[in-house]
Amino acid sequence: MRTALDAWTILSVSAGVFFFLAGTVGLLRFSDTFTRLHALTKADNLGVGLVVLGLLPRAGSVLAGLKLAVIWFLVLLAGSTVSQLIARSARSRRPRA
Amino acid sequence: MTEAFDILLAALILGLALWTAIARETFAAVLGFMAYGLLLTLVWVRLHGVDVALTEGAIGGGLTGVLLIGAAARSRATESVSLAERPGTLTRALAAGLAAAVASALAVCVLILPVPAPTLAHEVAANLASTGVGNPITGVLLAFRAMDTLLEAIVLLFALVGVWSLAPDRAWGGRPGLRHSADPNGILAYVARVLPPIGVVVAMYIFWVGADHPGGKFQGATILASMWLLVMMAGLADAPPIRRSWVRVGLVAGPVVFIAIGLLGAWTAGAFLAYPDGLAKPLILVIEFALMPSLTLTLGLLMAGAPQRPEAP
Repeated sequence: MRTALDAWTILSVSAGVFFFLAGTVGLLRFSDTFTRLHALTKADNLGVGLVVLGLLPRAGSVLAGLKLAVIWFLVLLAGSTVSQLIARSARSRRPRA
Repeated sequence: MTEAFDILLAALILGLALWTAIARETFAAVLGFMAYGLLLTLVWVRLHGVDVALTEGAIGGGLTGVLLIGAAARSRATESVSLAERPGTLTRALAAGLAAAVASALAVCVLILPVPAPTLAHEVAANLASTGVGNPITGVLLAFRAMDTLLEAIVLLFALVGVWSLAPDRAWGGRPGLRHSADPNGILAYVARVLPPIGVVVAMYIFWVGADHPGGKFQGATILASMWLLVMMAGLADAPPIRRSWVRVGLVAGPVVFIAIGLLGAWTAGAFLAYPDGLAKPLILVIEFALMPSLTLTLGLLMAGAPQRPEAP
């Protein structure tokens, strides 16, 4: 059971880190605001989500696990809001195609 | 493994500090500064200074960052002019020399500190029980060094008076900042409805656990103030006109209660801000409860800025 949980943590956190890496590469390499935002939100949503999922078995108590989940939810809320606002402001500045 | 992380963190902070200092565009420099504040927060966590980390994250990175973004937005009109002119070689050499001198003086000061560094931590630990508070930081802030905390709260008030003094005559007593008009069905208004209830709970939690765990009124008040600011920015509620008497009373109520309890100490316990035996914990609680709304109001109005428009419906 212990080994299975460890394996789950390693697998899930590694997957989260991969999404962070991919999101960062995308942020640096993509050509315009919208594709960069697209890359960044993957890091926010999936990256943080997978890291939180991986850490859940190690939270120690139900309360600590709940706090982790709430952090995930807040990051999701903040991330999606900010990317919406940035995208809207970028669209209003760009001449219509 | 943890050393590798610490070294990486230190290198990242130094690099970011350098980048922030040499960034030509004000807005980019401000963003660099905010990221720098967040990394500093991590450093404080690594040093087991969670109280300082919370304060750094809330005030150093968050609040100061918002104030600087406002300043950058205001100076954007004149920025291209200031970017075009380059200071002379002598000016730059002098600035570099001065900055290097300050940095090396600081480095020397840190290096000549005796090892182990002089500390009052043992005395605090030995006397903490007399305050009835479990968190040594709160004990220091509100019992052993209560004067510093009182002056901090008053300095914030002075800062707000300074901001207000920039108001044009016709707007004096009016509403701070520009009117925010966001789409009432937009995403910002949505977040400004969803987030504040959560933020208020988190702020009260951080405020309440401050007695025994990292947290306290400053961090809680910053979170409350940012929730208020979010509601104002989404256009759901307008900033209050600063001539309203509840604004004025709310701003000074916390420091006034603090000073009154200090005077009470001078009368009953023999020294200004001394607490009578056995009453330390309840009095500290009263001060915290009185300061929290005042600090929230002060920080929120500080971020809202100087009055710019007359009070209109």
